[in-house]
Amino acid sequence: MIDFGFKKAKSSTVNLDEVDMRLYYAVAEIEPDIKRCMECGSCTAACTSGPFNGMSLRQVIHGLQRGTDVRPMISGCMLCGKCSMVCPRGINTRHLLLTISRIYSK
Amino acid sequence: MKETVVIIGGGIAAIEAARQLLSLGYSPLIVERSNSLGGHVAQWHRLFPDMTPAQDLVRQMISSISQAEICLGTEVASLNRLKDGYSVVLSNGRNVVCRAVLIATGFDLFDARKKEEYGYGIYNQVMTNRDLEQWFNTGNDPRVRNPKSIGFVHCVGSRDLKAGNSQCSKVCCVTAIKQAIEMKERFPAAQIYCFYMDLRLFGKKYEDFYINAQKDFDIHFIRGRVSQVDETIDGGVVVKAEDTLSGKPLKVSLDLLVLMSGMVCNAGSASIAGMIRADVDTDGFLRSKDNVYNIVESNRPGIFFAGACTGTKTVPETISEARSAALSIHNYLKG
Ligand SMILES: Cc1cc2nc3c(=O)[nH]c(=O)nc-3n(C[C@H](O)[C@H](O)[C@H](O)COP(=O)(O)OP(=O)(O)OC[C@H]3O[C@@H](n4cnc5c(N)ncnc54)[C@H](O)[C@@H]3O)c2cc1C
Ligand code: SF4
Ligand code: SF4
Ligand code: SF4
Repeated sequence: MIDFGFKKAKSSTVNLDEVDMRLYYAVAEIEPDIKRCMECGSCTAACTSGPFNGMSLRQVIHGLQRGTDVRPMISGCMLCGKCSMVCPRGINTRHLLLTISRIYSK
Repeated sequence: MKETVVIIGGGIAAIEAARQLLSLGYSPLIVERSNSLGGHVAQWHRLFPDMTPAQDLVRQMISSISQAEICLGTEVASLNRLKDGYSVVLSNGRNVVCRAVLIATGFDLFDARKKEEYGYGIYNQVMTNRDLEQWFNTGNDPRVRNPKSIGFVHCVGSRDLKAGNSQCSKVCCVTAIKQAIEMKERFPAAQIYCFYMDLRLFGKKYEDFYINAQKDFDIHFIRGRVSQVDETIDGGVVVKAEDTLSGKPLKVSLDLLVLMSGMVCNAGSASIAGMIRADVDTDGFLRSKDNVYNIVESNRPGIFFAGACTGTKTVPETISEARSAALSIHNYLKG
C-alpha cells in the first residue's frame, strides 16, 4: 500500500450492538449481585491499590458490561476486601473479584 | 342552599377536592374542557409504586362525587372579580357567582416533536411515555412489534433550557423504570436500556424499583443524555449518547425508542390566571402564595390551587393537595 503519511484512527465508540457480554452474564450467573451495582464509585475511592496501579472495581464492572478485557486491571487487586465494607448495594465485592478471576482462568 | 364552589379542571385533583367539598357541605361545580373526567391519570395503565390499575382508581374516585355538578366539554370564558367573590362565565353561556374558585387545570405533556433530534413524529419507531401507557391499555400500536431492543430516553423536554423548561419533571425517572419492567415482562428476550443523566428516585419505594429493574429484569442503565437518533434502513433507530462512566461515545440500534416527555405548565392555566391577575411562577406553573407553607392558596383572595397546575406532582401528592385545598376553602368561606 502506498504510504500517504497519515492513517485512520480507530473509533473509540462503544457499539452496544457488537458488545460481547457473555463474560458479564457468566459472572452474573454466579454472582447475581453484580447487577445491583449502581456505579457509585465508593469501592474505587476506598481501594488500597487503586491510587498506585489504577485498580477500580467500578471500572471492572463497567468494563464487563461493555465487553472489554478487564484482566490487566484486576491484576492490580490484592483482595484486601476493603471495597466490600463500603459498597452501599451490599455487594460482596471481594468475592465478586475472585469469581471474575476464576472465570478468566478457566 | 349549599354554597357553590367552582372547580376549573376535572382531573384527579378536581375530583378529590369535589369529594371533600361535598362532605364539608358545599356544592362543587366541576368545569372540565374535555369530554371525560380523570385528566391524565385516566390515560395511564398502572401507577407506580404499587402498580395500581389507574382506570380502577379513576372510576372509584368519580363514583364518589355523584352529588357534584359536572360540566364536560366546557371551559371558562371569563372570570371576573366582584366585590365579594367571582363571576364565572362558562363557554356554555352559564354564569355562576361564587366566593371561592379552585384551579385544578393540571399540566401538559411536553410536545416531544419539539426535540426534533429524537425523531418523534418523523421516525416510525419512536414513541412517548404516553403512547406506551396507551399501548398497555389498548394493545393497539403498530410501533410495538415484538421488539428485540428497546431504549428509554429520560428528561425529554425537562432539565432543558433550550426547550424552555429548566425543571425536572420528577415522575419520569420512575415511569421509565416502571415501563421498562413492564416491557421486559412482555418481551423477556428484549435488551432494554435507559439513558439517564441522574436517576431521581425520590419517592417511597422508587429506589426499590430501580434495584429490581437492575437485578431481576436485567435493564441496563447508561449514564448519558441522548444526543441524536437516526432511522436505520430496516426501519429501526440508532441512538447516540456518551457513555459518561467510561468517557466514550456510545451507539446502539433499537427496535423501539420511548421518550420520557416531561410535565410542563398547561398553557390554559396561565390564561385563566391572567383573567384575575394571579401570578405565574418563574417555572411557568401557577404561583402559590408560598411554596413552602401554602401551596394551595394563590395571591388572590378566594382563588385556590390543587395538583399539577402549580408544579410537577405525583398522584398521592395531588390527592393530598386536593384535600388540603378543600379544607383551606372551607376555612376561607366560614370566615
Ligand atoms: C407519563 C406519566 C405517567 C405518570 N404515572 C404516574 C404514576 O404511575 N403514579 C403517580 O403517582 N403519578 C403519575 N404521574 C403523575 C400524574 O399524572 C399527575 O400527578 C396527575 O395527573 C395530576 O393530576 P391533576 O388533576 O393535577 O392534573 P391533570 O391530570 O393534568 O388534569 C387536569 C384536568 O384539567 C382539564 N383542564 C385543563 N385546562 C383546563 C381549562 N382551561 N378548563 C377546563 N378544564 C381544563 C384537563 O382536561 C384535565 O382533565 C404520571 C405522569 C406522567 C407524565
Ligand atoms: S479487594 Fe481489591 S478492589 Fe477491593 S479494595 Fe482491596 S484491592 Fe481494591
Ligand atoms: S461500591 Fe458497590 S455499587 Fe458502588 S460502584 Fe462499587 S460495586 Fe458498584
Ligand atoms: S424525573 Fe428523571 S427523567 Fe424526569 S426530568 Fe427528572 S431526572 Fe429527567
